[in-house]
Amino acid sequence: MADTSTSLPTRPAHAPDVDRDRRSAPRLWPRFAVLGLVAVAAVVGVLVWNIPSTPGSRGFWLAVEMRFTTVATILIVACCQAVATVLFHTATNNRILTPSIMGLEAVYVVIQTALVFFFGGAAAAATDGLAKVAIQSLLMVGFATVLYTWLFSGRRGNLHVMLLVGVVLGVGFGSLSSFMQRLLTPSEFDVLSARLFGNLSMSNEAYLPWAALVIAIALGVVWRRRHHLDVIALGRDTATNLGLRYKREVTVLLILTSVLISISTTLVGPMTFFGFIVATLAYQLTGSSQHRHVLPFAFLLSVVTLLGGYFVLRHVFYAAGLLSVIIEFAGGLFFIVHLLRKGAL
Amino acid sequence: MITLSDVTKTYGDTTVLGPLTLSVPGGGITALVGPNGAGKSTMLTIIGRLTEPTTGTVTIGGHDITRTPSRELARTASILRQENHFVTRLTVRELVGFGRFPHSRGRLTREDHRHVDQAIEFLDLGELEHRYLDQLSGGQRQRAYVAMVLAQDTDYILLDEPLNNLDMRHAVAMMKQLRKAADELGKTIVIVIHDINFASAYADHIIALTRGRVAQAGPPSELMTRSTLEEVFETPVEVRRDGPHPLAVYYR
Repeated sequence: MADTSTSLPTRPAHAPDVDRDRRSAPRLWPRFAVLGLVAVAAVVGVLVWNIPSTPGSRGFWLAVEMRFTTVATILIVACCQAVATVLFHTATNNRILTPSIMGLEAVYVVIQTALVFFFGGAAAAATDGLAKVAIQSLLMVGFATVLYTWLFSGRRGNLHVMLLVGVVLGVGFGSLSSFMQRLLTPSEFDVLSARLFGNLSMSNEAYLPWAALVIAIALGVVWRRRHHLDVIALGRDTATNLGLRYKREVTVLLILTSVLISISTTLVGPMTFFGFIVATLAYQLTGSSQHRHVLPFAFLLSVVTLLGGYFVLRHVFYAAGLLSVIIEFAGGLFFIVHLLRKGAL
Repeated sequence: MITLSDVTKTYGDTTVLGPLTLSVPGGGITALVGPNGAGKSTMLTIIGRLTEPTTGTVTIGGHDITRTPSRELARTASILRQENHFVTRLTVRELVGFGRFPHSRGRLTREDHRHVDQAIEFLDLGELEHRYLDQLSGGQRQRAYVAMVLAQDTDYILLDEPLNNLDMRHAVAMMKQLRKAADELGKTIVIVIHDINFASAYADHIIALTRGRVAQAGPPSELMTRSTLEEVFETPVEVRRDGPHPLAVYYR
């Protein structure tokens, strides 16, 4: 009898516990709502602001349609960078890395440079099209997949060795690119450098639906694994103890990361620092350890930053091309301030 | 029952463990003792499939750990390492909730919450359950980790130095809880432990390792002798038998 009487009072105590668990989710809703609204406002703003034709007329819709390409590109890039960086942090169990450490962007640069170097600037422009973009993405993903599966599987598989090899290869590709760039004629170099700077308003329209399709599939895979991701973030030993095949899961994550980064890079060129900022802010602003919170939040932040920045630059400063430069600068400052205030990573 | 046959672990030319062939009886508490570098943790992590043995096979409750799906093993055996560090910021309750992952794949049911509540209560963490791990002392964090492993509700529990960082009161409480888990819930518990007297007071079975080999194995009453302990730990030891269990005195 003594047993039942002691266990009884603890029973009702379970109810508030469950409530408290559930309460942590609604607490995030205001933040999601505000950020979502700003994101929608940014999309609408970029689409319709400052169009000379009267709203509703044919010319108006034509202008909106043209701007839609830019918005779609930015949405895709925002999604790729945010999700890829969070996945990379989870896979490497380290939050101060960026996926560019894997040398994927260096692969992109070396492909572009080699194209101009061997076939000339005219050839590089003439071969622009879906096929080239697809081949480029496939090469980048292929490079990453071979690297990850080769270095990370088997007995000696070690994440740090793999990252180091990625860094070394990235530097190697970078040197190879700058060597070839030295030997280009100034006009060809001009053609090349226009392609190597991240430029959001210069993307390939025909590629967008395909990019969207690939991303939708990738996101589907990520969302189905969201609980696995939470466990992977606890590190190798704990994840193994909880019954995940750690190496397999991490390899899948790294390949997903490289798919997303390669799409973003082929669309608008390298963006080294952006995903890092967005992911870090998402961790700190959600305060959640769950990917089902962090991933959508990072995506929204990413949309707001990119589209908001694009809007301000285009309609306030009339300098849309500088966006990536400004984002890296302002984002870097904000990041450092945030870091110093918090005092820890 | 846990069986190891012909298990070795080598790094380069150095053999740190084995060859070991032994079995750990099912039920009760088995303590792994021995000097630093004797291979206790290596043996434990090999059983818990966190370290791959160079040769040999291990079975837990009839499951060969290399052939059984990891997910199934996670519902048979759980392991806690000595050092744990997480990049994500978790509350105690969130951490303990992860222990239910092998059962619920991340969506906690009412049943899961019941297990989490029990584990939290079991380790006296009720007041701390909504605190973040980085706001806890080392001993409180250690209890939270053990609570996670208990919430996993496996027949076999492997713990690497669970008394690390615990004060007298909590060390005794932890050992009592483990004893209770073994007696009332029929768990098989294997712990690596430094304090030979805790092993003597609470374990059913002691395995003493030296230089990667089993030096002695048996119930505490057999192992707690001056000659055995001095041989294993290479330190002068006096064994006193004037209490409920033999105590080793080796302090000066």
